Amino acid sequence: MPIDPKDVEWVEEPPMNFWESTFLPAVFDGLRTTGNHVTDFHPVTEFYPEQKPNLPTQYRGVHRLNRDDKGRVKCVACMMCATACPAHCIDIVAQDAPKDDPDWADRDKFPKSFVIDELKCIYCGMCEEACPVDSIELTSIFDLVGLTRQEMMFDKEKLLSVFDQTKDSGKDPIRTHKGKLGHASDFTNLHTLGPATAVRLDDRAAKAESAGVIE
Amino acid sequence: MPTVIVNNKPVEIGPTEKLNCIQVAQRAGDEIPSYCWHHDLSVVASCRMCLVEVGEKKPDGTIVMQPKLSPGCQTPVKDGMVVVSNSEKVLAAQKATLEYLLLNHPLDCPVCDQAGECGLQDYSYKYGRGYSRLQEPKNIKPDKDYIGDQITLFTDRCIMCTRCVRFTREISGTSELQVVSRGTHEEIDIFPGDPCNNKLAGNVVDLCPVGALCSKDFLYQQRVWWLKSKNSVCPGCSTGCSITVDQNEDVLYRLKPRENPQAQGSFMCDEGRFGWKYVHSDQRLTHPEQRSGGQTISKDWDAVLPALRSALKDAVLKNPSKLAVVISPWATVEEAYLLAKFAKQISPNTRLALGQVRVDGEDDLYPKDIHGKPALPTKFTIRAEKCPNRRGVEAVLKQIEGKVVPFSTILDQVGRGEIESLFILGGDPEGAVAAADVGKLDKLKLLVVQDLLVSPVTAKAQFVLAGSAWAEKEGTFVNHAGLAQAIYRGLRGPEGSRPDGRILMELLGRSGLFHASTLRQEIAGAIPELAALIVGDLGEDGVLLSAAGKAELQPVG
Repeated sequence: MPIDPKDVEWVEEPPMNFWESTFLPAVFDGLRTTGNHVTDFHPVTEFYPEQKPNLPTQYRGVHRLNRDDKGRVKCVACMMCATACPAHCIDIVAQDAPKDDPDWADRDKFPKSFVIDELKCIYCGMCEEACPVDSIELTSIFDLVGLTRQEMMFDKEKLLSVFDQTKDSGKDPIRTHKGKLGHASDFTNLHTLGPATAVRLDDRAAKAESAGVIE
Repeated sequence: MPTVIVNNKPVEIGPTEKLNCIQVAQRAGDEIPSYCWHHDLSVVASCRMCLVEVGEKKPDGTIVMQPKLSPGCQTPVKDGMVVVSNSEKVLAAQKATLEYLLLNHPLDCPVCDQAGECGLQDYSYKYGRGYSRLQEPKNIKPDKDYIGDQITLFTDRCIMCTRCVRFTREISGTSELQVVSRGTHEEIDIFPGDPCNNKLAGNVVDLCPVGALCSKDFLYQQRVWWLKSKNSVCPGCSTGCSITVDQNEDVLYRLKPRENPQAQGSFMCDEGRFGWKYVHSDQRLTHPEQRSGGQTISKDWDAVLPALRSALKDAVLKNPSKLAVVISPWATVEEAYLLAKFAKQISPNTRLALGQVRVDGEDDLYPKDIHGKPALPTKFTIRAEKCPNRRGVEAVLKQIEGKVVPFSTILDQVGRGEIESLFILGGDPEGAVAAADVGKLDKLKLLVVQDLLVSPVTAKAQFVLAGSAWAEKEGTFVNHAGLAQAIYRGLRGPEGSRPDGRILMELLGRSGLFHASTLRQEIAGAIPELAALIVGDLGEDGVLLSAAGKAELQPVG
């Protein structure tokens, strides 16, 4: 549809005065900017890689698999991360925990293999959000290089070694010390849970000051 | 007609129907949640999940409600009854019941195999309160890893609905499972040294509404929300149990029974449930092959099929009556029809025969009594005839050949030199020909085998066509009672194999793709015994052949 000429408003360029038509003010304005840069001693350029950038703590870089206090992989192979992953880059094969080993008595299942394709990954952090045991976390390692695609398939051992490297570096501390499946399954030290879903306003729990206390 | 009022909706029931509140609410389109009730098991009303308000509409129009809630599963309905399942009182009872059931239930859903198809999860979401007020430690009971060869018990997840106990007492009759101790110490257990290993044991895993009883075969293999299901029919025996095929990325993970009152009811046997492993066998035929004098000539479909067609035509030119085609009872009706047409197209004198029908012992009837003898009434039958579609193939043979020739006759004729060329359409994972009879095929000049697995017969053949397993193709199976059920392509077979129907369509020189519904309608027109297939789409429950001529589904009781 052609534009109706009525709708078009023509804007005239303001006419230049005498000084402007010599272009000298514009030239001096430019020279002042150059002069400011020459005398500025706070450059914005970073000397990467000699100088590492100061990343925010929530930066989402290479994944790691955390260990629990017994040194085992914390992951329970629930595959929530693989379910949440929008890039389908996580592949987990689960296995039942050794039945006769008392060290594994508290666990039903663990990952036999856990592979993340770091090339497919879009570093969205959904896996971290989904993990019920805070096992998978994204570290601040961002400069990931490899010579082959196979090198970028991070398996369980490699992800655990990322944890060993990063846990003491100061940037990626161990954030939680939850039970095997979070508070809810921490039977010996169970806290009453607040309402996880919507509660009707007239419900006794909605009025309680701390959820779960019976008046 | 007797009328029951469910949540202000009138529901008409049959004059002789015996329904409980849960069933009548289902007809009204309302759900009354329940755990312990199952329509094939006795009623115990122990989970208290189905509590409803019950009352009566008096002849003068007034409604009188009972003051207390009643368990819906145990309350039969009658004319003029009023059932309320959505009142404040009922909703509060449901919340309280769920809170109680969850008191000692571990919240380990992430590692629980049932998560995603769990009754406790679903009802907690729909009817529960979403949080717990429990301030005490949970009561944790140790897991029992060995309930049976295929079953493991996560004791702490159990909600004591006792469905599994009633199943072993009432359906299998073997009574291995029981409740031991009382009150909060109640546990499902077996007698020491008497594990739950009957042939129907796998059903207790399906019956378990929570993740307490788990199948060792499927344990931790997949999260259930990744599985894609297709309706199918178990090919293990001629009972033809309705099942679903659950696969992910073309890997079959499990079979589950699908309720079908016309076929088998709600259950399936362990032979069928765990007997599908050959689908992923490393012995699967992965390419067609044309051989001559022990040398492979071609492994390419585009070369093998034309060569096969001309080889068969040559054989017929030399000896018009010495070609026989054997159709296995593992083939679908459509495949039998296409192959019979192809055989008659090559030469009207081609002999058609029914393939080997494997019979294993006698029909196994359940429930069993204490001595292991079948008790009446029979609730489940594992049939001795270990093939899914003898009746369907026979119907095709009767029409096109005029009679059903057993495989033994063909073997004898091969021995006497009356048959020189043989086309065997297999599908039986145990092999198309019994091991003892394989030697009899040595006299053949041309042997064509379309089968699933590498076998001594395929090793002898000049032409091997890599077919598909039942889960990889569409078609129709007719069970022992003449119930025609549709099977669907749940997963893709190994690369290089093809669905049998596609191979036969190409041999027959038909244009277009294999489409089971269309073929069914064609078969219905060509074969009077299979006229009931005229509906094309057989629906979920299948069509009885005795309903010939009626272009509608049989009512489901």
